[in-house]
Amino acid sequence: MTDAVIRVEGIGKRYRVGQRQSYRALRDVLAGAFRRSGKRAPTDFIWAVRDVSFEVKQGEVVGLIGRNGAGKSTLLKLLARITRPTVGHAELHGRIGSLLEVGTGFHPELTGRENIFLSGAILGMSKQEILRKFDEIVAFSEVERFLDTPLKHYSSGMGMRLAFAVAAHLEPEILLVDEVLSVGDASFQKKCLGKMQDVSRAGRTIIFVSHQMNAIRRLCQRVLWIDEGHIRVDASSHEAVGAYETAMARGSRDKSQASRGSASRTRFASWRIAKPDGEDPHTLRSLDPVTIRIALEVQRPITKAWHGMALYNHEQQLMWAWASQKLPLDVGEYALCHTFPMLPLRPGSYTWLVTLYDESNNQVDSWYCEPEMIVAAESYQAPIDQWTGILNLPSNFEVKAGAIPLAHPGNEHSELDEPTQKGVNSRP
Amino acid sequence: MNAANTTAVVTEPPVLRIAPPHGWWEVDFHELWQFRELIYFFVWRDIKVRYKQTAIGAAWAILQPALAMIVFALFFGKLAHMPTEGLPILVFYYSGLLPWMYFSNSLTNATSTIVQNQNIITKVYFPRLALPISAVLSGLLDFAIGCLLLVPLMVVYRVRPGLPLLLLPVFLLLTVLMAAGAGLWLSAMNAIYRDVRYVVPFLVQFWLFASPVAYASSIVPAKYRWLYGLNPMAGIIEGFRWSLTGRGDPPGPMIIVSVAVVLVVLASGLFYFQKMESTVADVV
Repeated sequence: MTDAVIRVEGIGKRYRVGQRQSYRALRDVLAGAFRRSGKRAPTDFIWAVRDVSFEVKQGEVVGLIGRNGAGKSTLLKLLARITRPTVGHAELHGRIGSLLEVGTGFHPELTGRENIFLSGAILGMSKQEILRKFDEIVAFSEVERFLDTPLKHYSSGMGMRLAFAVAAHLEPEILLVDEVLSVGDASFQKKCLGKMQDVSRAGRTIIFVSHQMNAIRRLCQRVLWIDEGHIRVDASSHEAVGAYETAMARGSRDKSQASRGSASRTRFASWRIAKPDGEDPHTLRSLDPVTIRIALEVQRPITKAWHGMALYNHEQQLMWAWASQKLPLDVGEYALCHTFPMLPLRPGSYTWLVTLYDESNNQVDSWYCEPEMIVAAESYQAPIDQWTGILNLPSNFEVKAGAIPLAHPGNEHSELDEPTQKGVNSRP
Repeated sequence: MNAANTTAVVTEPPVLRIAPPHGWWEVDFHELWQFRELIYFFVWRDIKVRYKQTAIGAAWAILQPALAMIVFALFFGKLAHMPTEGLPILVFYYSGLLPWMYFSNSLTNATSTIVQNQNIITKVYFPRLALPISAVLSGLLDFAIGCLLLVPLMVVYRVRPGLPLLLLPVFLLLTVLMAAGAGLWLSAMNAIYRDVRYVVPFLVQFWLFASPVAYASSIVPAKYRWLYGLNPMAGIIEGFRWSLTGRGDPPGPMIIVSVAVVLVVLASGLFYFQKMESTVADVV
């Protein structure tokens, strides 16, 4: 019988606008008291979190997403009791562990061993608990050889491993995690993610703030999208993340409708997806064959032009790149058409990059196409989104009885008649 | 992995209620007691770091009062002929300097403790009172080491303590309470007004000369001595010296006034600190 372990009602946090700036000096305050200035700047307030209410059941893994400054970290800090709410209240059942950074409490002068105790104590473990888990922590961190050297001699990687080893052995009933995954190299992030999955499988409740949608999708069943201090969406991770990504893509697109400068040189003018008129020429809604049309204005003839094209996702990862044969281009307007049998892209925003080089390999023009291309959520193939890769692939799955024939040399077909029971590509 | 976690909880998990600050007295001593291990770790950390950073380590705990004792003894005692209540000069000065050094070091440590620990205050919850408390407690080790010189001094100069020695723990406790009270004020103020810590050295210096460390309180005329007691360190230092050596005035109006001031400073310090505590993570 799982009951709500976290209950938040109408919580809000208000800051004075000047509060985040440089600290006050006593001498200024005293001097100000003597000055007889009648005018006093009215204090401006900002609500970082406003009227937030939700419940979390035991064992749930809830993600908090939103833009920078939306209030996610403030909400987490309120739950971690680091800052007090201005209005509203919350009830938490169980020990709280807050992982808002890696290496809380570490002191460079102390040795690794001493820092394990210090950090563990600050994070909330009792001395007995630390002693009990000491060997595990050391083994997890892989810094056994340097346990008795001062932390200031550790490399940053070692320090992080040690810090995470301590944090990973926290066993609170409620775990609050804030973007710790954005720290460290890829293998470290993988380890963190794995450990968090262990924690959730052990039945603990986690609230997880992150900008990495991949991690959110993998870990969380439920996601709250926080926007300007409010809960904008409280839904399954698939729905909430999808809504968020679409809104983010639309936002960046609306901003960038600026024109491209003077028209008296050879340049790429615009781009669109070839579609019937009336439909959005920058949004992809299916996995059907698609043609991308780039408008090119040539002012000076080029005998052997090179045309390059590349596709980037919103994290600036290169998804695909290509270059054309040498093209003869005369003065005039052209439509460069790229046809793809499909673009198996996950919903989100993508940018095309098109380039043009002349016969002497000088760059004539290079353009990150604006607006960005949006791949809409309805193009997405997988029905349940607990796991997402980079690709959005349609696949068919079927089970046929019988054994797979081995491929012998001399066999014309090495075609697989009978796929095994375990489907490789798609998930039911 | 414990499948039993998802079934009904056998032991009641702690329930935490988060609410805006309300009322004017929210000091939770019970919670502070629950965090006593953390206070221990903070003290342990402060001592370890302090000793690792000085080349002479623990010797500093003796050198600091000893060197001051020599200077005071030479200039105030021998050359200026300040009265020392009939005590051998070195014993007189050392017995006053020892609690004083503890007090002034505690003040300095407590003042910057909140700001120095801002990186953990903004990341983890614990009662912030733990920080100035541990700053005040960590000085006690230095004090204990300093006492090591006191014993041979008294033996050499044949100063034998009497019954008043039983009250020594009381005066030590008063010193700790005063350090705590002043430390709470200063650490809270420094968290909000960052220039406070530059004022503290002047404050301490001024306070030193206002206290019977370099001289005996007998230089203050008897009828004004209670006024002198408004400086809580006056009563504390005198009382400490009296309980240790048996010389000087037994507790009288001066010391009573001092004790009252200590309690007022402590209570008001707690009050001011916890008022600041609810906003500290926002401004630090």
